Amino acid sequence: MTASDTNIVTLENVAKHFGAVRALDGVDLKVDAGECLGLVGHNGAGKSTLMHVLAGTLSPGAGSMGIRGHDLTGSYNVTAAGENGIRCVFQELSLCPNLTVAENARIFHPSLTGWGWKRRAGAMIRDKLDEIFPGHGIHADDVVGDLSIGKRQMVEIARAFTTTDTPLHLVILDEPTSSLDAHTSKQLLDFVRKAVGEGQSCILISHVLGEILTYSDRIVVMKDGLVVASRAGSDFTRDTLVAAMGNVVEMEEIKEREARDVNRDHAPLVIEARSDTGQDSVPFVAHKGEIVGLAGLASHGQTAMLLKIYDAAMRGRNTATVSGPVALVAGDRQTDGVFHLWSIARNIGVRSLRNMVRNGLIDPAAEAEMGREWQERIKIKAPDMNDNILSLSGGNQQKALFARALASDAEIILMDDPMRGVDVGTKLEVYDLIRAEAQKGRTFLWYTTEMDELYNCDHTYVFRDGAIVADLSRGDLSEEKVLQSSFKASA
Amino acid sequence: MSVIRVLSGRAWVWSFLGMFLVWLVTAVYTGGKGSADVITAALSFATFTVIVGIGQMFVITTGPGNVDLSIPSTIALSGAVAMKLMGSSNDMLAIGLAASLGCGLAVGIFNYLLIRVLRIPPIIATLSSSFLILSTAIAYGRGLKIKPPPMLAEFTTAQVGGVPILAIVIILFAILMSVVLNRTVYGRSVLAIGQNMRAAWLAGINVERIRFMTYVLSALLAAICGFLLSGFSGGASLNMGQEYLLASIAVVVIGGTSVAGGKANVPGIWGAAMFMFLLVTMLNTLGASAGIRLIMTGLIIVAVITIAGGDEPQR
Repeated sequence: MTASDTNIVTLENVAKHFGAVRALDGVDLKVDAGECLGLVGHNGAGKSTLMHVLAGTLSPGAGSMGIRGHDLTGSYNVTAAGENGIRCVFQELSLCPNLTVAENARIFHPSLTGWGWKRRAGAMIRDKLDEIFPGHGIHADDVVGDLSIGKRQMVEIARAFTTTDTPLHLVILDEPTSSLDAHTSKQLLDFVRKAVGEGQSCILISHVLGEILTYSDRIVVMKDGLVVASRAGSDFTRDTLVAAMGNVVEMEEIKEREARDVNRDHAPLVIEARSDTGQDSVPFVAHKGEIVGLAGLASHGQTAMLLKIYDAAMRGRNTATVSGPVALVAGDRQTDGVFHLWSIARNIGVRSLRNMVRNGLIDPAAEAEMGREWQERIKIKAPDMNDNILSLSGGNQQKALFARALASDAEIILMDDPMRGVDVGTKLEVYDLIRAEAQKGRTFLWYTTEMDELYNCDHTYVFRDGAIVADLSRGDLSEEKVLQSSFKASA
Repeated sequence: MSVIRVLSGRAWVWSFLGMFLVWLVTAVYTGGKGSADVITAALSFATFTVIVGIGQMFVITTGPGNVDLSIPSTIALSGAVAMKLMGSSNDMLAIGLAASLGCGLAVGIFNYLLIRVLRIPPIIATLSSSFLILSTAIAYGRGLKIKPPPMLAEFTTAQVGGVPILAIVIILFAILMSVVLNRTVYGRSVLAIGQNMRAAWLAGINVERIRFMTYVLSALLAAICGFLLSGFSGGASLNMGQEYLLASIAVVVIGGTSVAGGKANVPGIWGAAMFMFLLVTMLNTLGASAGIRLIMTGLIIVAVITIAGGDEPQR
């Protein structure tokens, strides 16, 4: 048994600094063949940086890299990663939006040439999608830009598992389930287990600890650019894993939270809307101070409902009844949220520009103050709020978008699956923040693909095929009921 | 050292550096004779490029695909209408200016309607509207040979110690527009839209109103340029705007504004406009023929954009 047979990756003492930020501070990592490695850690712990190093898109400042028994320190790059069968599904999706699914699949496979390459690439990606996500509803000639973020994620994942001439050894999945609903997440993770059983390796990064605990052979915990624990998956429980991550927040079961005391009869109605389908079983309503959930399988009309309400509020249209200013927290942060040329503070302040005007001009001090206040309140991990927003890790960018909405004068906050890439500790803090703000009279509309988050909501509307099919109050809410409503048509 | 680092991080420095270099070469070649006059001339002519350049800058900053190609024809129409209305009389100055601004407003609204209502890409919309505008100017100003009112001619050509009054006014105006860009809700909105239009809309910015204001601003500035230019050059002519098509875009880009949108720079426009004028002067002084002059101008602009446009690649 030589090292090259069983060992895919051996990193020793790998470091990467960005200015003063020590993203990786001497990391050792081994991945063996036929292993599913779970990788967890807080936002900014260095997980994504480590994966960029493995994918060859970032070269480490120090340390050695051994890939399948060869020492590739200093010469490792994207091409070498491809030749060694290492693929990566990044958190920021990397498909070309102007190309079709088949054309995107072809980019990975230079050997697909000559007549009919498009047909062959299409067949290849379609077969893989069928294998991983049966019933996915994606066509090979769909333009990627027209797909929802969940479907784009599915294409990206399926593409990483396609093979032509070079065999596949390791697939890195960085937050693969953050844009997928419970059903497709399970399809993916089951597929990962099957692939691992066939001898491929996989690195799974996720903030959903249940997934990591159930599906990983070995779990690596990162903190502040270091690996702080690496043990067999069966050695961890949810609590020990949270403890290893250094989470100071008491891990409490959200499900056991008591329903908040909101009396629908007395609070004034702030939103009333219907979907465009005309098939709703009940209208969508929200009262002042309520947290209202939008559930169901991913992209079944929840985002469309939020945008309809947003549009009605912004343009003063009567397509929906909305009383009060609105703000939106984007989930698809690259497309809908982040201003990539601006600092963190500016990204937070953009929704509140009007309130920062003194004598006709924007007051830089007010803007800086808002940045400072929210850095503290929502714990954005950054040395300086004047740094560019892209210097933040994905989860911290998401926190900045939260801060943008919460810092504004909006009385109604629309949230479009906003917890993508946010770690457990922060999530709990943001939940508390949301509940506290709701107590003060703000209304929250919350689309989420994570079942647990619905237990924060006073009311949950379940969507299917663009229409509202169920209205569950906090007392009636259960995972079974949500899933039952989500699937009724096909069952 | 750190001063150099800070300066080289600011895109507008390059245009001023270029300006200084070509001026130096000219001065050395002529042995310093008339090099102050060259600056005066450069200020006079650059002023008009700066006026339209600022408008173009706001348009380009609203994002990829946004550009105003109707600037030259708006200059022509505004000049023709104003000259004909004023008929060389000082009493009619205010009415002439108002008519000019009216032309600009109409052009801006028309451009925006083409872009918004008919969903025509801005480059096509403003190009086709420029044909309509120029035809209007031709129909309106056939055989136009009217001198500007004396007061206007005087104002546009007056100097104080070798510095044109108009240049001073436009320098102050540029400072004002720099403040508008960086410190007002409108300016911030333009910068946000240029980075990501959808994200800007979802962050509460009224994207369509801002775009409307931007196209109107550009047309208004082109109209003002036409009004002043006809005073400066002793009357309006139909092709007086021609050179401002490329010039307005070139000064924006050389001045450090990102063609991809979202990043703009007002001081750089002044540097770039001076640079462009001094470049042609230098080539003239060196005795380059018209053909060589054009080739060199083209090459040098490409070179400056390559060096100064050394942005970190956008992802």
